[in-house]
Amino acid sequence: MSIRVGIDLTSTDEVRDLIRRFGDRYLERVYTATELRDCAGDPIRLAARFAAKEATIKALRAPDRLPWQTIEIRRDDSGAPSLALSGAAQALAAQRGCRSLSVSLTHERGHAAAVVVTEGER
Amino acid sequence: MNDTTSAAIRQVLADHARMPGDAHSLDERADLFASGMSSHASVNVMLALEDTFDIEFPDAMLKRSVFESIAAIRTAVLELRAAEAA
Repeated sequence: MSIRVGIDLTSTDEVRDLIRRFGDRYLERVYTATELRDCAGDPIRLAARFAAKEATIKALRAPDRLPWQTIEIRRDDSGAPSLALSGAAQALAAQRGCRSLSVSLTHERGHAAAVVVTEGER
Repeated sequence: MNDTTSAAIRQVLADHARMPGDAHSLDERADLFASGMSSHASVNVMLALEDTFDIEFPDAMLKRSVFESIAAIRTAVLELRAAEAA
């Protein structure tokens, strides 16, 4: 069994700045409809999701960037986050023998962070 | 045209990449991520490049390698402008 970890830190001020400057062009390029609904425009929550996408890319040892919308952060009824992969991200996870993904999000004073752990065969 | 394009790219980097160094003096092949551009800042750069050059990066070009150096960005910009002019 192989366990891999990815971590990322994203500035909430940068997210706020991109929303102000580019609006929907930024939001719809990076985040899924589910994420946009869950975050309701809150830059802190969006920054945490961007960090989770980048942390997933690192945990999967992606050779290049994956399309951001192929990595979706969801919330269950209790508020706990989880990851749902599609397209290229899902294909890479299968190639890596990934059986499960876990994500944790946090934020504090201008930054949001995420840690992703993958469990797989190799 | 290459010089004009590179100068415009350097200005976009200076304004949007949030790198600690001077984008105007970077080597064309210098790794922008190693120079301090974060992944999120590269989104900022991508959208600013679209505005500057009136282009749109398709999903297939949203790769780290496309934004890793001034030379790589210039190749992508020229390719997109040529495709849109055709």
